[in-house]
This record gives sequence, C-alpha cells and structure tokens, in this order.
Amino acid sequence: MSERTLQETVPLVGWGRTAPTRAALVPVNGDDDVRTAVLAATGRGVVARGLARSYGDAAQNAGGTVLDMTTANRVLHADLESGLVDVEAGISLDELMNRFVPQGFFVPVTPGTRLVTVGGAIAADIHGKNHHVAGSFGQHVRWLDLLTADGQVRRISPDSDPDLFWATVGGMGLTGVVLRAQVQMKAIESSRCLVDTDRTPDLDSLMTLLAETDHLYEYSVAWIDTLAKGKRMGRSVVTRGRFAKLDELPAKRRSDPLRYHGSVKASVPDVFPPGLLNLATVAAFNELWYRKAPTRKRDQLQSIPTFFHPLDAVGGWNRIYGPKGFVQYQVTVPFGQEEAMREVLDRLSSFGTASFLAVLKRFGPGNPGMLSYPSPGWTLALDIPVMKGLAGLLDSLDEVVVAAEGRTYLAKDSRVRPETFEEMYDRIDDFRAVRKRVDPDGVFTSDLARRLAL
Amino acid sequence: MIDALGSPSSLLLVGGTSDIAVATARRYLAERPLRVVVAARDTPRRSAVAAELTAAGAQVQVVDFDADDPASPGRMVTEAAAAGDIDVAVVAFGLLGEADQLRTDPTAVAQLAQVNYVAPAVVGTELANQLRRQGHGVIVALSSVAGERPRASNFVYGSTKAGLDAFYSGLADSLVGTGVSVLVVRPGFVRSKMTEGLADAPLATTPEAVAEAIVTGIRRGRHTVWVPGAMRWVMSGLRHTPRALFRRLPI
Repeated sequence: MSERTLQETVPLVGWGRTAPTRAALVPVNGDDDVRTAVLAATGRGVVARGLARSYGDAAQNAGGTVLDMTTANRVLHADLESGLVDVEAGISLDELMNRFVPQGFFVPVTPGTRLVTVGGAIAADIHGKNHHVAGSFGQHVRWLDLLTADGQVRRISPDSDPDLFWATVGGMGLTGVVLRAQVQMKAIESSRCLVDTDRTPDLDSLMTLLAETDHLYEYSVAWIDTLAKGKRMGRSVVTRGRFAKLDELPAKRRSDPLRYHGSVKASVPDVFPPGLLNLATVAAFNELWYRKAPTRKRDQLQSIPTFFHPLDAVGGWNRIYGPKGFVQYQVTVPFGQEEAMREVLDRLSSFGTASFLAVLKRFGPGNPGMLSYPSPGWTLALDIPVMKGLAGLLDSLDEVVVAAEGRTYLAKDSRVRPETFEEMYDRIDDFRAVRKRVDPDGVFTSDLARRLAL
Repeated sequence: MIDALGSPSSLLLVGGTSDIAVATARRYLAERPLRVVVAARDTPRRSAVAAELTAAGAQVQVVDFDADDPASPGRMVTEAAAAGDIDVAVVAFGLLGEADQLRTDPTAVAQLAQVNYVAPAVVGTELANQLRRQGHGVIVALSSVAGERPRASNFVYGSTKAGLDAFYSGLADSLVGTGVSVLVVRPGFVRSKMTEGLADAPLATTPEAVAEAIVTGIRRGRHTVWVPGAMRWVMSGLRHTPRALFRRLPI
C-alpha cells in the first residue's frame, strides 16, 4: 500500500446510487494491509467494503478510509464431509456457489443476489427465503477472525466471546474488519429446485396462504404488485420450494445432478434517463408479470439463478432507476401486526410510487445479533425511485412501523431518522457497550454510523 | 450526513439571525429534528432565534461570529464542527447599506465590501477546508440578482454581491471531485428585516420562498438557483440589455 493510494480519494455510493461521498479506497492484500490502514486511521476512521450491495451508505466513509475487501477472496480450507469451509471475507457467495455447488454444497443463506461477500453477509446478517427454517447468515458462521482497532486479530465464536460475536453479526462493520470466517454450507443432492407457484388475488389471501403452509417449504417468498389498488391490493405471486433430491430429477439430468452455471447474461447500460420508469410503464410490467404467472403450479424444476437470483442475470440493474437513484424500503413487523403491514402497503400504493414488485416474507425466530434485523413476523421490501415527497412519506411509514414494534433493515436503509432508529433496535446500547470495549476511540465508522449516530 | 433523500442531520447558519437563515432552519425542522449551529454576534436577536429553533425541535448550538473580525471565521468553523460534521452551511450574513451614503462615503464602502465580500470569501475558504476534510457537505451562499448586473441605484451593494457570487461559483468548480458542493442562491427583492421600509421591487419574494428554493436546490443537486425562478430569465434579459437603455431603466 503506497502513500499514493492513501492520498487518492474516490466517490463511493451504495446500490441505490444516492448520497455519494469520497474516501480513500484501499485494496487489501493480506492482514497487514488491513492492520496498517486501521492503525494509520485519521479522525475520519475506517470501514470495510465488499461488493457494495448495501443500498445506502453502510460501506461509505466520507473523508476517511474504505477497505476494498474483494481482493481477499480465497477459499482456505474445505471439509467436504461436514460442509465446513474456511474462507477469506472478500469471497462472494457467487464464487462459493461456483466452487461448491458442483461438490454438493449450497450456501446456508442467500439473499436475492449472490453478489455479496461473506464479510458483508456477516456484517448485515443477511437473510433469505429460508429464514423461517434456517435463520440468518450469522447462525451458520462457526467462527470469524476480526481485526479490531488495536490491530489485533481475534478469532471469535458464539462461545468464545458471544458479545463481540453477536455485535459483529449484523454490526455493519463497526466492530472491526472481518478477515476470515468458517461457514457451515448446506448439503444438496442436486442443483435444481422443486418449486410450487401460487397466485393470490389480495393481501388477506396471501397472508393466510403463507401463514398456513410456509412450514411445508424450505424456501418461500411472495412478490406483491404494489400498483394494484382497491380489492386487488396485495395481489401476489408466491414461489416456494426446496432442493430436489437425486431421484426427483428427470432421468436425463441424473448423470450430472450438480451442474451449475451462474453468470451475468446482460448488463444495463448507464444511459437510462430519469423518469423512464413511470407509473404507466411499471404498471404494465407488473400486470404482465402477474398474468404470466400460473394460478397454481406444483413441482416445477428451476435452476438456482432462476429461483434465487432472478435479477443477477442483468448486471447493474440498479441503473434502470436513472441518475437520481432509488431507495429500498424494507421493514418488518411482528406477527399480530398485520394491520400495520397493510397500512404501509396501502399508503405506498396510493402515493403512486412507480415501484416494481414488493417482496413479502415471513421471518422465523431471530438470533442474539444486537443489530440483527430479522425477528419473528412479516418483512416487506420494495424499491422506490427518488421522487418528491418520498422523504416525508417514508418518515410517516416509519412511525406506523415503530408503533407496531417493527424495525427497518440497516443494509437497505439510506434515510431513516436517527431517533426513529433508536426506537427500533432495543439492544443498541448493548452494541454501543461492545464497541466502546473493542474500539474506544471510534476508529471504525461509516456514513451510516455518522448518519444514525450508532 | 445528508441522507439519500436530501435530509441533512446538521445545519450551520452563518449570519444565523438573518431571516433567510432562520426560514431555512424552520423549513428543515418542519420535516425532521436536526442539529442547528447559529453563528452570529451575541445579541438578543441571536438568543431569540436559538430559543425559537429549540422550540421547533432543533438541537441548537450558538457560536460567536463577527464579520468585522478577521479571526472570527476560522474560530467559528472550528467550533461549529467540534460536535460533528457540518452537512449544510448557509452563508447568509450581509448588509444592504444606504445607497445614498454609499455613493459618497469611502468608509461606508469599505465597510460594506468587508461584510458582503471579504468576510464571506474568508468564511467560504474556511468552510471549504472543513468540508473537504469531511469528504461531503453543501455550502449555500446567498448572492443576489443585484450582482448579476449592478445598477446605478445600488451598485456598491451589487458589486459586493457580484464578488461574492464570483467567489462561490469559482469555489464550486474548484471543489468538483471532493464530495463537497456549493449552491449559489440569487434571490430578487426579499421582504425581510434587511429591506424593511423599502417598496417592493417587481417579483419580490419572501425568506420562506428562498428557504424552499435552498432545500429543493440541495435535494436536486443544483449549483445555482434564482428566487423566484422567473428571475433567471428576467436577469438574462437585463444582462444583455444595451447599456444606453439599461441605465435609463427605472430599476
């Protein structure tokens, strides 16, 4: 790492392409690079950055140092009996799948994109379609190596230092830099999923269907047409499934059951004008998408990319929202607060945001992660292009969510009010206590941390 | 930090008792609570502004600032930044002066140039240094349409604003790539304590309208805004009016 690299700053944004700030971006090749950058940190601090799929400002650090972890992407050890893999934090879930699906192992948890790093997956304690069964990513991490503000590398696990471990899981990179982790992969017999599709005409029937039959599926998610109003409010397509066993594959596929190919097929050029996505074009898309889904279909074989990561087939899809960018609003409310979820969806729908589909899912039990997002209840996520009046609308929806004892997801957030955040995460003071212990001078910080005074 | 939807968490008002500065704080506070630093001379008016903004939900910090004191800008910016980043800084101090007196009184001219040009340029430099270190932030400078083409009736004031406008427009360009941006605001005649007792000029506006233009301009990432917006085209016309005609215009 030369002096020159330290001096140069680059503009950094999250996936939503809003609120860019500048920082020195330092590529990491080995622990010493991380240690040097951490010990040399100025008052503006350090944060690690992976593949930058956080929508907001979690991996930005205005005026300070940002560590580019994607260069630390090796598999260090793999036990193909137990499925335990030791990896560097900058490796992506995409790479893990490329390496291990053909060997019979899938990642324990995957979000809607496989283009996230293991370090980021831990920092955001990501969840996927299997949360109601498997929990979030942190629950599948056996240990992790954390470089803390003093330059020491600590190997921590849920047993050795539970407070630091569960502050780091979901801690948005603010306890230190995750260098390596051991991840428990999930054994699979084939790389194909058996998928059931159901169409539901409104929100009530959707919630009923999910509540009654989700436990029968390992993976479950619903896509809601947010532009449908009135009686059709909440009309949805539900896709649920599990990995197919060897004997469930058609005969011609059985010879190569773990064949896997996940690649980006096309990229969106960076020339989308603002306003291309308007109510008319998006409503037409949503209508088409709802109509083309079967009312009820069982045991359809789908590939991993089709079932888990449909948007990954289009590189840089975030550009379709134009230069002004977009935000993702993702919130969860506990079971029993369905009315709050309905109100949120209703108000978003009547505000007339040109939003593509919203995602609705039921969460299972949470974990001890102090800032971990999932907790038992419903989670809703939707992308909204930046538009006039949106700030006020989302602030008022936050009030509905807080009143229902719900919360917002930091990995998606780019705009929640700090005092609202305080009400959402009741273990924030435990988190602050851990940070004070391992990082008394506040070396690790980010735009997110500054914005929310974490 | 300024969030994804353009809401800042902190606001520095330099010349914090000016009507436009206070209106800007009120406009932001109508949306969300935030930290407001009121930089001004220690006057009863400053205490009243601090009390009003506190009541409106702001976490107010009061800092001394005197445009006549060359050491003041540096001290003011340091104190304002001590409690956290400055997300938006509004440079809102200035004097209108007595046009008749300014025509003949060199001391009054020097005083006006100090308050309206020298001090804002020094403040702008101090702010730029601070915000460059932060890697983000917006500086808002209150210019005036009077600076676009100074006219005989108040050319000294117009010339100071022309200087301020040129300084901040150039500063904006020099900050490209640092994460810091500058918004130059060119209001027409604003009905405020500065213009109390004067007759309205055409397209007269209010501090609230200027505040709205500032907040929207920041949200949209603008570099220059006119208030009201139509002033842009009026001034464009006036700039190109031949001098022989311009000096005869009743403006």
